[in-house]
Amino acid sequence: MIRTEELLLNVGPQHPSTHGVFRIVVKLDGEVITEATPVMGYLHRGTEKLAENLNFTQIIPYTDRMDYVSAMTNNYVLVHAVEKMMELEIPERAEFLRLIVMEMQRIASHLVWWGTYLLDIGAMSPFLFAFSDRERILELFNELCGARLTYNYMRVGGVKWDAPEGWIEKVKRFVKDMKLRLDEYHNLVSGNEIFLSRIKGVGKYDAETAIRYGLSGANLRSTGVKWDLRKTEPYSLYNRFDFDIVVGRNGDCYDRYLCRMGEIEQSIRILEQALEQFPAEGETMGKVPRVIRPPGGEIYVRIESPRGEIGCHLVSKGKAEPYRLKFRRPSFVNLQILPKLLVGESMTNLVTILGGIDIVLGEVDC
Amino acid sequence: MSDEELKSGGEPGSASETQPEQPKPEAPAAAETPAAAAPPAPAAGEGEAPAPRRKETDEEKAARRKAALEAKEAAKAAAALAKAAAASGTAPAPAASGESPAAAGDAPAEPPAPPKPPSPNQPRLDRAVALLRELIAEDAVEEAYINEPNDHLPTLVLKNDCWKEAAALFRDHQELGCHYLRNVSGVDYETYMEVVYYPLNMERRETYCIKVRTDREQPSVPSVTPIWETANWNEREIFDLLGVDFPGHPDLRRIMMPDDWVGHPLRKDYVPLDPEV
Repeated sequence: MIRTEELLLNVGPQHPSTHGVFRIVVKLDGEVITEATPVMGYLHRGTEKLAENLNFTQIIPYTDRMDYVSAMTNNYVLVHAVEKMMELEIPERAEFLRLIVMEMQRIASHLVWWGTYLLDIGAMSPFLFAFSDRERILELFNELCGARLTYNYMRVGGVKWDAPEGWIEKVKRFVKDMKLRLDEYHNLVSGNEIFLSRIKGVGKYDAETAIRYGLSGANLRSTGVKWDLRKTEPYSLYNRFDFDIVVGRNGDCYDRYLCRMGEIEQSIRILEQALEQFPAEGETMGKVPRVIRPPGGEIYVRIESPRGEIGCHLVSKGKAEPYRLKFRRPSFVNLQILPKLLVGESMTNLVTILGGIDIVLGEVDC
Repeated sequence: MSDEELKSGGEPGSASETQPEQPKPEAPAAAETPAAAAPPAPAAGEGEAPAPRRKETDEEKAARRKAALEAKEAAKAAAALAKAAAASGTAPAPAASGESPAAAGDAPAEPPAPPKPPSPNQPRLDRAVALLRELIAEDAVEEAYINEPNDHLPTLVLKNDCWKEAAALFRDHQELGCHYLRNVSGVDYETYMEVVYYPLNMERRETYCIKVRTDREQPSVPSVTPIWETANWNEREIFDLLGVDFPGHPDLRRIMMPDDWVGHPLRKDYVPLDPEV
C-alpha cells in the first residue's frame, strides 16, 4: 500500500529563483501545492522610519535602495511629491533628462526581468544577452551621474548633473541598436515551443481579481485593463509623447511576458521622441529654497514604475524632515496574489509564477 | 452653479466642517499677510516664497529669533484684524464661519479671494458626503474637505464605527464604484492614530482619500480586507509598524519585523531596544 503524507517545503530565503531574500513555505501533496505562505522582512531596513530623521535630499539615496533595479523611478516619486507640495517649477531640460533616464531605466529593468525569468525557466543564454544590453544603459548612467545602480541623480527642483557632451548622441545610438536587439530577442525566445508550453495558461487570473488585489503594472495590464499612469494620470512630460498602453488578454504568464516586451518597445518610442525634442540648452535645477521645507499638509503622488504604481504618501508639518513618509511599493502589493495563484499548481510552476509577477525584494521589504 | 449651491446648502455641515482642517494647507497664505509688515520674519514658519526665506537663512540666529517673535505678534494682530473684517463684511460665503484664522486671513489680503471658484471636485465630494449621510449614518462623516495641492483630492474623515459599511458602499455603490484600493497608510499623530485609504474608481479615474481616526492607546480600525484584498498585507504592515489592530482581518501577524519583536517602530514614542543600532 502506498502511504501519502503532506510535505512541508521551505523555499528561500537564499535561493536564486526567489529573486532576493524572499521565503515561501509551501505544503505539498505529491507535487501539487496545497498551501503557500510567503514570509517577508529579511530585507526590511526601516526606510520609512529612517526618513523621519532625514531631510529630503538625504532621503533620495534611500529610495535608490528600495527598488534597486529601477532606482530612477524611485528617485522621481519622492522628488515629485515634494515638488508638488511646494509647487515648484522644474526647468524643461531637467524634466526631459528625468524622463529620458526613467524610460532607459524601464528598459534596463525589463531586461533584467527578461533575462532572469528565462534563467528561472531554464534558458541560460538570454540572460547573457539581456545583461550585455543592460550594461550599455548602466554605462550611460555611469557617465551621467557616476553610479551604475544607485544613482542618487534627481533632486527636489531638478537633477544633479547635466548631460555631458555627446551623451544624448550616445543614447540615440543605443536606442537605435536596442530596437534591432528587441527583434532578435523575439526571434530567439518569443516563439520557442518549450518556453510557450511552460508559460501559456500558467498563473492565470481575470481582470476582476487583479483589481480586487490592487495589482498594477504588467500584472494588471496582462488581463486587458488599460491602465498605465503615464497615460491615465499623466505626470512629468508624458502627455507630450505618442505611445500606446500595451495590454494582454488572458492574464497568464505569457501575456505578462508580452506586455513587458511591448513596454520595452513603447519606451523606445518615447525615447526616440524625447531625444529628438531634447532642449539644446537650459537649466537643470529650478529655483529651490536652500532648506527644503514643504508646507504643512499631506499628499499622495503615484507614478508608473516598471513594476506598477509606485506611490509616495508624504505628511509634512512644515519642517525640513517629513513627519511621515510612506511608499506604496508595487512589488509588495503585487506579491499578495501569489498564495492564491499557487494553490493547485505543481511545484515546478512556483518559480514560473513568482518570476512572472516580477518582484524586487528591496521594494517588498522596504 | 445654482445646483451646487443647492447641494451645499442641503448639508451645510460639509462646508463648515471644512474649516478646522483648513489651517494646515493654507498656513502659508496666512503667513503672507504679515509679510508686508515685518519683512524677513514670517518665513521662519513655513512661508512658500523662496526669496524671503533665503534672505532669512543668511541672517544671524539672534536676529532671526527676534524677527520671528515680531512676526508672531504681527500675525496675531493681523489675525485679529482679519477676524474683525470677516465678521463685519465678508460673510456671504457660506463657508466663512469666521472662527478660523486661515479663512479670516484670506479675506482682507485679497478681496477677490472669497469668490475663488469652488474646486472642480467639490460636487464629487458633496455627493459622497450626501450618500454616506443618507445610506450609512447621519454622523458618518466627521470632516470633508478638498486637498488642493494634491490635485484637488476629495478627502473625507469617517467615523471609526461606520468605516466597514462605508467601505462596502464605496466599492459597490454605482456612483462611487471604487473597486481598486491604491494605498493604505498609517500615521501616528501623537494624540491619535490615523489610517488613510486611497480608493480609486478606474472607469472615471476618480480617487478619494479616506481617513479613519482611532484612539492612540487602544488603536483599532475595522479591517477592509474582505472588501479589498489589497488591504490585507497593508493592514498587516500597519499593525506591525504602528500597532493598530484591525478586527476582522483574516491573518493579522507581523510582516516586516520578526515575530518576537517588542514594540511598533513607526510610533513616535518608540524607543529602540539598542539605541546604538
